Amino acid sequence: MKEVILIKNGELALKGLNRRTFEDIMIKNMRRKLSDLGTFTFTPAQSTIKVEGEDGADLEEAVDRLSRVFGIAGFSRALKLDKDFDLVLEQTGKYLEEQLLCASTFKVCAKRSDKKFPYDSPKICLLLGERLLDEYPHLTVDVRNPELTVTVEVRDNDIFVHANQLKGAGGMPVGSAGRAALMVSGGIDSPVAGWMMAKRGIELTAIHFASPPYTSERAEQKVHDLLGKVARYAGRIELSVVPFTEFQEAIRDKCPEDLFTIIMRRMMVLCAQRIASHTGCGALITGESLGQVASQTLGAIACTDEAATMPVFRPLIGMDKDEIISISRKIDTFEISILPFEDCCTVFTPRHPRTRPKLPDVIEAESRLDVDALVERAVAGTRKIIIN
Amino acid sequence: MEAYLDNSATTCLCSSAKERMVEAINKYYGNPSSLHSVGTAAQRQLDAARVAVAKSLSCEAEEIVFTGSGTLANNAAVFGAAHALRRRGNRIVTTCVEHPSVSECMAQLEKEGFEVIYLKVDKCGRISKSELMQAVNSKTILVSLMYVNNEVGSIMPVETARLAVKKAGAPALIHCDAVQAYGKMLIKPSRLGVDLMSASAHKINGPKGVGFLYVRKGVRLMPYICGGNQEGKIYSGTQPMPAILGLYGAVEELPDLTAQLEKTTALRDYLVQEARKINGIVINSGDEALPYIVNLSAVGHPSQTMLNYLSDSGVYVSGGSACSKGHRSKVLTAMGIEPERIDSALRISLSRFTTREEIDMFLCALENGVNTLRKKK
Repeated sequence: MKEVILIKNGELALKGLNRRTFEDIMIKNMRRKLSDLGTFTFTPAQSTIKVEGEDGADLEEAVDRLSRVFGIAGFSRALKLDKDFDLVLEQTGKYLEEQLLCASTFKVCAKRSDKKFPYDSPKICLLLGERLLDEYPHLTVDVRNPELTVTVEVRDNDIFVHANQLKGAGGMPVGSAGRAALMVSGGIDSPVAGWMMAKRGIELTAIHFASPPYTSERAEQKVHDLLGKVARYAGRIELSVVPFTEFQEAIRDKCPEDLFTIIMRRMMVLCAQRIASHTGCGALITGESLGQVASQTLGAIACTDEAATMPVFRPLIGMDKDEIISISRKIDTFEISILPFEDCCTVFTPRHPRTRPKLPDVIEAESRLDVDALVERAVAGTRKIIIN
Repeated sequence: MEAYLDNSATTCLCSSAKERMVEAINKYYGNPSSLHSVGTAAQRQLDAARVAVAKSLSCEAEEIVFTGSGTLANNAAVFGAAHALRRRGNRIVTTCVEHPSVSECMAQLEKEGFEVIYLKVDKCGRISKSELMQAVNSKTILVSLMYVNNEVGSIMPVETARLAVKKAGAPALIHCDAVQAYGKMLIKPSRLGVDLMSASAHKINGPKGVGFLYVRKGVRLMPYICGGNQEGKIYSGTQPMPAILGLYGAVEELPDLTAQLEKTTALRDYLVQEARKINGIVINSGDEALPYIVNLSAVGHPSQTMLNYLSDSGVYVSGGSACSKGHRSKVLTAMGIEPERIDSALRISLSRFTTREEIDMFLCALENGVNTLRKKK
């Protein structure tokens, strides 16, 4: 029995003339994901991409990995048969044994794109349905709401048989929407924000601020681990670790306590922007969610945004914490995010941060810092790490 | 020359295991939970060990929980699952030939009021798929099946458990005791359809004092040991770095399992074929058994006597299993083997280091034993 994976691309199918470009990016992403599992061939046809492995390739693992490739709406493991209807009758029951045993109702659905095939769709449904009922007498047919749908696709060169399509990761292929830099602290929100933008086709780089000795090696390790989880979807991520101790100490010494956080965030944006433009990024991404903490009120975001010259994407802006948490559980970052290591955002936090900061006050306070020199030194001290 | 053929009891340490252990003792004395660099260095090694074990099972590192032994992994799994799901049902399905580290837990759970179904085995030591399907009902909360029997090497149809649970709509978790299977056959828990799987280091040329439990992502167990919440809260206690890194070394040194299985099968076939030529030898293991374990009887010669005789000749095997010494084998009894054959049963267990010379030495000693020792009337 030859098994293949059939990929249904989602939104991509709606693209016009540049659909092929999107498809090529997605195939490249899939190829990279499966590269260590053996040789796979990818054949696009209509809105489906057929993925075929050499003998002995680990299809199970391949399916698992493909479930995290953006741009795929759905996929199925399918039995590939020569164009002989007797083979369909003979092999379907055996191939789908487990699913058929576990279901109590089913229907057969036929798609015949090769109109020259001697059996038409109703005929295929009828004959295969009868055969499966013979083989599995516990089953009944339910065409309206079946537990299991057995699909037979008659294509130009082969016939495919599969049951119950799996949901793909959706979205757009990573790399199709350009590149942006994710500002990541180690909390719950930023990895989710990165994941959401990757889902819209953004290729991610990441920027993390470290303040030793106020933050530990473990805090940075945590960021590596979090990005490792995001990279399972987004592919390889280049992480820049920016030394931020000097900056934070300067802000603490020279600026009013209640403006500490807001100024720190503006400085982070300045540094991030510099690094982002060096690495070819067109935007910054943050995990801000409106009103979540003092630095994420409308007023505070306005102040932070003023420091930015490139667009700042805030995909979580309208989401509740529990909605964010449920995504972080889904992408498996939650358990890492809640490890209790102090990160750069919690160093020197003021007791009563200003929730309605006035921009002139902020700019006045900032003028006491030698911003250019501090940014220069922070950016110069940046380390790069590749996360796979 | 000696022939150590008791590898299912334990194995010698392989060289990678030794190296990693020495390194652990000298360099990684930190507590992996400590936040300073010494602790972080230990944590990194611990993570690397977890990744290596996970890779050997094609699973994720977070799905591996290190425990103090295979027995402790079995206890953590069986009690942890039963106690976590006790509100969802009362039935547990297992086999009548489990290792004591599972069957004694079951006896305890019966006292707590659980209904435990013990599946019977055929003359080869295997349970039947259809009986398994029938035994699982909608109130079943745990199915615990050993992968390979420790006395006769029979392989259980573990993959059927998932189907049985699905079909019955049971809330059950599926546990597999893979202590005798891990490192000898290719295992992928996700393909096998199990939620929990136990293994031990010292059966695969690693050290004693460490085992692990695979816990499928999303599965919640009642913590078996309470304390500092190490190992995903399932198995608290500061991780024993030398033992865990020893396991890491043993896993790194595992051979290509498919090729090794073929080699071992050839050795086993030779052993069985030659042993059958000796007067009074009967093979108790089935043909389909894992080739690393051969159970045979020198009818008329009590196991202990023959074992002593072989030991004096430098050949080391066990009677039944090392864990049930002194009792009549429950496994062979369940297989319906006659008492005189059970009383004379020997278990010869191979490892990837076993040579043809060792097998010849055993065969020669066994033949001499059969010819010189007086038969018991």
